[in-house]
Amino acid sequence: MVKEIERAGIPVVHMCTVTPISMTVGANRIVPTIAIPHPLGNPALSPEEEKKLRRHLVERALEALTTEVEDQTIFEVK
Amino acid sequence: MSKRVVHYINQFFANIGGEEMAHIEPELREGIVGPGMALNAAWKGEAEIVNTIVCGDSYFAEHEAEAKEKILNWVKEIKPDFFIAGPAFNAGRYGYACANICVAVQELGIPVLTGMYQENPGADYKEKILIVATRDSAAGMRQAAPTMAKLALKIMNGEKLGASCEDGYMNNGIRVNFFEKERGAKRAVDMLINKLNGKPFVTEYPMPSFDRVAPNHAIKDLSKATIALCTSGGIVPKGNPDHIESSSASHYGEYNIAGVDDLTSETFETAHGGYDPIYANEDPDRVLPVDVMRDLEKEGKIGKLHDYYYATVGNGTAVASAKKFAAEYAQKLLAAGVDAVIMTST
Repeated sequence: MVKEIERAGIPVVHMCTVTPISMTVGANRIVPTIAIPHPLGNPALSPEEEKKLRRHLVERALEALTTEVEDQTIFEVK
Repeated sequence: MSKRVVHYINQFFANIGGEEMAHIEPELREGIVGPGMALNAAWKGEAEIVNTIVCGDSYFAEHEAEAKEKILNWVKEIKPDFFIAGPAFNAGRYGYACANICVAVQELGIPVLTGMYQENPGADYKEKILIVATRDSAAGMRQAAPTMAKLALKIMNGEKLGASCEDGYMNNGIRVNFFEKERGAKRAVDMLINKLNGKPFVTEYPMPSFDRVAPNHAIKDLSKATIALCTSGGIVPKGNPDHIESSSASHYGEYNIAGVDDLTSETFETAHGGYDPIYANEDPDRVLPVDVMRDLEKEGKIGKLHDYYYATVGNGTAVASAKKFAAEYAQKLLAAGVDAVIMTST
């Protein structure tokens, strides 16, 4: 799906846990996430901490969208 | 009586000329021209090329309808037992012409065969017509011609085709049941041992081949950008109003989130099978981060969170379906002036 969005001319970032699959399907901007059942959350954290984590991940995805890439790129989350 | 074959080639293989002659219109010749010699020799009288059709590659590409009409009329008149085109190796327009004319001739009820390199754009038709896999240059003629001749004869004689790897054609997506000599566990272990020892092995479950799309330019100013969320993680309004299947989804949903600041367990859920849905059902923002995007919008970090999000279930969903869904909703996103997309997957 990312590829069809990209093909339509819209930049897209793929947030997913299994980044090798994302590479295989051809996403160009990739942000690794936490876990398969909760990519953008961590139930072990308090709700406040969890939202902070989610915001951190989303901000990384926005950074990816504002970064020019030539090829498939994984934007590791610090 | 030997079978009658019509052969299609381009201006180059007809020895007319290269690129400078690629504009020539289709012409019909008696007998064999160029690479037809090798095919004809391999048939040893069982089949024979009665006519050769020559067409410039650019002419075919630019006047496809006219070229096809002319060629089909000749073929209808000749009524051959078989139609063979190329091989085109990695010549893009030639491969495209070979594949397209084969598709058209096949519709007349005449069996067809062509050959080309697997990355030739014409190879996209491999599920519609039989295409022999060749090398990427004419240096591969020595292997390609006998393989094509043999397969062509097999088809003309009405023999059963072997597997694509045995008969040299590109995988056409048709699977046939058969009994293996050895059971699966042994084959898997043998394969693993070969792999560990760096020896060659052949997978029994090749991954589908994926094409690539070049990345689009980055967003210059986030504070003015409209950003949409999409997901393969199955987040849907509570009750799954569109009945998106928990696996092998047949459709996607479009949902309005204008004015929604937070996805909660009361209002949204996941339709996705195959992963433990507890966390996503407890707080769907864990899959589709509407809460954070709304905060970022309020703070002016992003221009706008798009009013609609698009969701489907990625679990076991066919690549072809996913491609179709996204190709469709990407047009809606474009029409709505969306500047960028965040796609989340579970």
